[in-house]
Amino acid sequence: MSEASHTHDHDHAPPTDEAGPLSYYQRLELAVRELLIEKGVLTADEVRAGIEDMDGRSPERGALVVARAWSDPDFKERLLADGPAACAELGIDVSPARLAVVENTDDVHNVIVCTLCSCYPRPLLGLPPSWYKSSSYRARAVREPRAVLGEFGTVIPEDVAIRVHDSTAELRYMVLPQRPPGTEELDSDALAELVTRDSMIGVTTALAPTAERHA
Amino acid sequence: MSEPGRGVHDIGGLGGDALDRSEHEHEFWEKRVDALMMLLVGKYEILTVDELRRGIEQLGEGAYEELAYYDRWIASIAANLLEKGVLTSEEIGRKLEEIDERPPVAS
Repeated sequence: MSEASHTHDHDHAPPTDEAGPLSYYQRLELAVRELLIEKGVLTADEVRAGIEDMDGRSPERGALVVARAWSDPDFKERLLADGPAACAELGIDVSPARLAVVENTDDVHNVIVCTLCSCYPRPLLGLPPSWYKSSSYRARAVREPRAVLGEFGTVIPEDVAIRVHDSTAELRYMVLPQRPPGTEELDSDALAELVTRDSMIGVTTALAPTAERHA
Repeated sequence: MSEPGRGVHDIGGLGGDALDRSEHEHEFWEKRVDALMMLLVGKYEILTVDELRRGIEQLGEGAYEELAYYDRWIASIAANLLEKGVLTSEEIGRKLEEIDERPPVAS
């Protein structure tokens, strides 16, 4: 720990986007982080590693899980029964929060939200998009989900129930979208490309195999 | 956006404007705040996610609505660390002064 306490002066070199004077809260972050490092509570290397981990978590991980569930019914069953254990089979650690995977069917379309804050299945999807954290999404997703989905261009037939899941600090949800028709011939990699972040939040469906894909 | 009897954070079911669906790249300092929080919650178990949220809710209505997302996080992290005695307000005050006196190079 003593080693780290002498290197803190060198830990703010990497990519900086903080042009101009720092805001009060940017300065507060500097102060808190430097004090924690000086006191040996944590190290600059750990913060750096944490950011690397964060950058390594993207919706591609969730897509991998979904593609596997689409192509392996036994895996899907395990995923729906015990999300963390099934993800662990693929080398994905979803701790510390619990994870529930909710399946879209011909009768039910699922959507996730965190009305109180911004809880999100980060190990599978990365950091949440701004709109997910916005007061408008949090307020409206549980009040008028069809209208919210409409803003994403998603129209769910009236005879399909919409089920909105409100996340908590301890329990996160991920939507298992429906496998699009016409994908019987596709392998797991090709299937994963159809699975978007928004489809795992439930505000859209998975891409059709012929649709133009955006990375 | 809140109404009587609800906490400022308790907005599920209220109305709101159309979503702004533009994507947002996280700034580096925002990622640092996030990484700090994850370390304090995960590896070191000094904070919990609920404590973070409680600290954010206690910022009060004006601050809750006006501050940016990670502004609220670092404000709550600092408040929680003070409350737990991990840091003192004197230490933070001194450090902020020291930061202000640094030459204005890229941080």
